[in-house]
Amino acid sequence: MAKSALLKSSIAKKYWMALTGLFLCLFLAGHLAGNLQLIFSDAKHFNDYALFMTTNPAVKILSYLTYVSILFHAIDGIMLTIQNKAARPVGYAKTDGSSSSLASRNMAVLGTIILVFIVTHMVNFWAKMHFDKNMPLVVKEMNNGMMAQKLAVGTKDSPNPMFNVDEKGSISDKILNDIKTQSQGQYDLYKKDVVTIVNKKDGEVIFIGQKDLHKITVAFFKDAKTGLLATILYVLAMGALAFHLWHGFQSAFQSLGINNKFTPAIKGFGKLFAIVVPILFAIIPIIIHFKK
Amino acid sequence: MSAAKNINITLKIWRQKDSKAKGQLETYKLDNVSTASSFLEMLDQLNEQLVSERKEPIAFDHDCREGICGMCSLYINGRAHGPDTGITTCQLHMRMFKDGDTIYVEPWRSRAFPVIKDLVVDRSAFDRIQQAGGFVSVNTSGRTMDANAIPIPKTDADKSFEAAACIGCGACVATCKNGSAMLFVGAKVSQYALLPQGKVEATQRVLNMVRQMDEEGFGNCTNTGACEIECPKGISLENIARMNREYLKASMK
Repeated sequence: MAKSALLKSSIAKKYWMALTGLFLCLFLAGHLAGNLQLIFSDAKHFNDYALFMTTNPAVKILSYLTYVSILFHAIDGIMLTIQNKAARPVGYAKTDGSSSSLASRNMAVLGTIILVFIVTHMVNFWAKMHFDKNMPLVVKEMNNGMMAQKLAVGTKDSPNPMFNVDEKGSISDKILNDIKTQSQGQYDLYKKDVVTIVNKKDGEVIFIGQKDLHKITVAFFKDAKTGLLATILYVLAMGALAFHLWHGFQSAFQSLGINNKFTPAIKGFGKLFAIVVPILFAIIPIIIHFKK
Repeated sequence: MSAAKNINITLKIWRQKDSKAKGQLETYKLDNVSTASSFLEMLDQLNEQLVSERKEPIAFDHDCREGICGMCSLYINGRAHGPDTGITTCQLHMRMFKDGDTIYVEPWRSRAFPVIKDLVVDRSAFDRIQQAGGFVSVNTSGRTMDANAIPIPKTDADKSFEAAACIGCGACVATCKNGSAMLFVGAKVSQYALLPQGKVEATQRVLNMVRQMDEEGFGNCTNTGACEIECPKGISLENIARMNREYLKASMK
C-alpha cells in the first residue's frame, strides 16, 4: 500500500514534481554560471569549460540526473494536467480568476513552452557539441617544442607553418586532414572529445585541439538572417521560464509539506530567483547579437 | 450604511432537468430586488415569479441560511459563493450588485460533484472521504475520558480548531481550476493530526482519505491558492502542507 502510494497517488505525484523541479532550479543556477562566461570571460575559458562539462565524470552523472528530471517533470506534468482536466468535464460559463495568479493557472502551458525551448536548444547546441562531426575546432594546448615548430600547427607567431591556424586558433577540417596525411607514421591523431597529435617516437603531445562551442554560439545569435529571430525567441522562452519559476519555486516547498515561519522567506527568494535567473540568461544572447 | 433600495437585474442561471439531461444557461429578468435581501432571498423571489408564471422553479441547495451548515453552494459571477470574501452564499447580499447587473449563477463544477438538478450537486463524495478516515475511534459508552484531562498546547488546539471550522461546502473544489479537494481533505486530516487523540490513527487516516479522494475523481493540487481565498471559513493552505507531510510520513512507514 505504502509503496504504490508513493508513486501513484495525487500527493506523491506532487512530491516528484517538486523534487525534480527544485533539482532543475539548481541546474539552472549552474547552467547560468557557465553561460555568463560567454560575456564575462574569453573564448578560451568558455571552451575549456564546455570541454570540462562534457567530459568530467561527476558532471556526467549530474547531466544524466538533469535529463531524467526534465523527462520526469514533463511526463508527470502531462499526467497531472490530464487528470486535472478530467476532474472538471463541464466548465464554467463565467470565471473570475482574481483569486489566483495567472502563472499558477498556466503552469502546463508555460512548461510546454519551456519544453519546446529545451528541445530546440539541445538541437542547436548540445547535439552539435556531442555529435556534430563538423564541429569547428580550436587550439586548447600547443607544445612549443621543436616538433610543434616542425609540424607547425602554427600560430601567427610561428614562422612558415606547415598548417595554418587562424588568429583565433581555429582549425579547419582541411588542416586536420592535412595533418593526418602528412603525419602518417610519425604522429598519432586521436579525435574524440579533443584532437590530440602525439609524436610516436617519444610520446610527446604536440597539440591538443578542442571543440569551439564559443564560435558556434556567437555565430548562432549573430547570424545575419536568423540571429535576431533566435535572440527574440530565446528571450521569450526566458519570459515563460520566469513565470513558471514565479509560481513553481515556492509551490515546490508547499508540495513537500514545507509551510512554516520560513515560508515568507522562501516565497521572497523564489520570486527573486524567478526574476534574476531568466533575465541573466536572456541578456547573454542580446549582448552577443548586438555587440559589434 | 446606505439605505436599501430596489434594483433590477438579469440572471443567467444553469437549468438542468436531472442528472442525465444536458442543461443550459437560461436568462431571467427580475425587477424590484431589495439590496437588503440576501442572494438566496433573491432566488426565492425569482422562484415565486416563476411559479406565478406556471414555470418550474429553480432548484438550489440551502438549509441554515446563517453560514454554518455548508449546504448553500452556487458559483456566482465566476466566484464560489459570489463576490465577497469569508462568506457562504446565504450571507451574500444583493447590495454587492448594481442596478442593471447581469449575474451568472452556476452549480459547482466537478466530476466528483455531479449535478442532480439545476444548481443542486451531489456532494456525497465528501461524506465518503470522511468515512474513509475523518474520525477518531473512541468508546462513547458513557465512560469516556474527560477531554480536558489530556493537556494540549494552545497553538495546536487553535490550529486544530481553525481546521475544524471547515463546513464541507465544496467551495474549494468549485473554485480550484483542477477541481481538487485538497483543502477539504487537508483540513480534515489536520484537525485530527494536531491532537493527541487523533495521532493514534494518523497513518491509516491520511492514506485512506487521500486514496478515497483520488478514487472520487478530484483533481490534483497546483498550489494556486484560490481555494484558501474562496473558502468561507478561511481554511489555510498550511493544512494542505500538513497533509502532504502526514502523507509522506505515513507512506514511509
